[in-house]
Amino acid sequence: MRNLVTGAAVCAVIATVAAAEVVAPTEVVFEDGAVATSLTGTAGDIENGATLMNKGAGNCIACHQVSALSNLPFHGEVGPTLDGVADRWSEAELRGIVANAKMMFDGTMMPSFYKTEGFIRLGDAYTGNAHEGEVAPLLTAQEVEDVVAYLMTLKEE
Amino acid sequence: MNKLKLLTSAMAFSAAAGLSGGAFADPDEDQLTINGEIEIVTETAAPEHLEYVDTIYSGWRFRSDETQAVQMDDFDNPGMIFVEAAMETWDTVEGTEGKSCASCHNDVETMAGVRAVYPKYVEAAGEVRTLEHQINGCREERMGAEPYKYTSGDMVAMVGLISMVSRGLPVNVQIDGPAQSTWEKGKEIYYTRYGQLELSCANCHEDNYGNMIRADHLSQGQINGFPTYRLKNTKLNSVHARFKGCVRDTMAHTFKPGGPEFTALELYVASRGNGLSVEGPSVRN
Repeated sequence: MRNLVTGAAVCAVIATVAAAEVVAPTEVVFEDGAVATSLTGTAGDIENGATLMNKGAGNCIACHQVSALSNLPFHGEVGPTLDGVADRWSEAELRGIVANAKMMFDGTMMPSFYKTEGFIRLGDAYTGNAHEGEVAPLLTAQEVEDVVAYLMTLKEE
Repeated sequence: MNKLKLLTSAMAFSAAAGLSGGAFADPDEDQLTINGEIEIVTETAAPEHLEYVDTIYSGWRFRSDETQAVQMDDFDNPGMIFVEAAMETWDTVEGTEGKSCASCHNDVETMAGVRAVYPKYVEAAGEVRTLEHQINGCREERMGAEPYKYTSGDMVAMVGLISMVSRGLPVNVQIDGPAQSTWEKGKEIYYTRYGQLELSCANCHEDNYGNMIRADHLSQGQINGFPTYRLKNTKLNSVHARFKGCVRDTMAHTFKPGGPEFTALELYVASRGNGLSVEGPSVRN
């Protein structure tokens, strides 16, 4: 019984530490547009990353063509293709671009997916109404890591 | 076509990465004549005030052949059902003064040319007014009738009727003189990146027209074809309702249809199409 209690306590401590390690959107450190360390300390989930490419707040293929996702219809042409993107960029650079591409590409049209401040007339999602209360980033810290993990699989060389 | 920014960013990503074949899906080469007789200018030199665009195109040129065809004959254009209803309204007496539109304006054909110059600074009002504002001005002040709601079906149908008799005439809104400050305000709104997605009108409709964004073929966002019958919602759509939808989709708090911001934006966007023909009621997807 005592072991069980101790075990539960250890688990609780680990969980607390893991939660504390999540880097808040306002605390992300960019160096030349790149973010060197994981936002969560938890490895990205490639499968969920692939799902986010097509859905929800990710919807990356709305603007980017990805041959590996050619089973999905309607890839956009606004941004560059992501084929081979892992050959061209490091994980840290991809994390920075997904989190806030404007840090690397001044004036880019790409939305900032891990940012909660500095918006003009911020709305309440897609209702057209004004936003009230705390602002959630477009992607959570772990979702950013998931997308980055997926992008790291897009190699051509 | 201004692709410099896109090319630059594409090259920044990788000089070696080739863009997909469809990346330069320009407007098509089709020409628009309605009912075999009304010639529509869908492509012309950009007005001088445009800094980043050389040629302006009607949104019609970005639509599929099937969608384009629906606008080429008034018998096929579903927008005309709403216009026909407005024709009846034109002759219908409403309000305390015992007047219809026709009481003062006679045949609706006398309104030819009006759509082309609105929004416009109206001396009596001391401000820039849209066609919708003027219609409600007539209803309230001359007819003693209730105003229409700004983006209501009755309003957009009446705008459709008044637009129809200007089809083929060049859009020619005034941007200087008393309209200039409103125009400048509209321009500022056009280039402001709103909402959580931080998108301006220009991001899509100036920097990326011709490109696909998901399943949408981005046009220049010209409004010479308004009101537009959209296949997706099977009704006539007003300019401000469309603006509202666009701003909403940037995850922003939108502006109010009929309000000063969208009025200014409409003047500015209309001026980007000076030289294109009035096309409303047009057909889009």
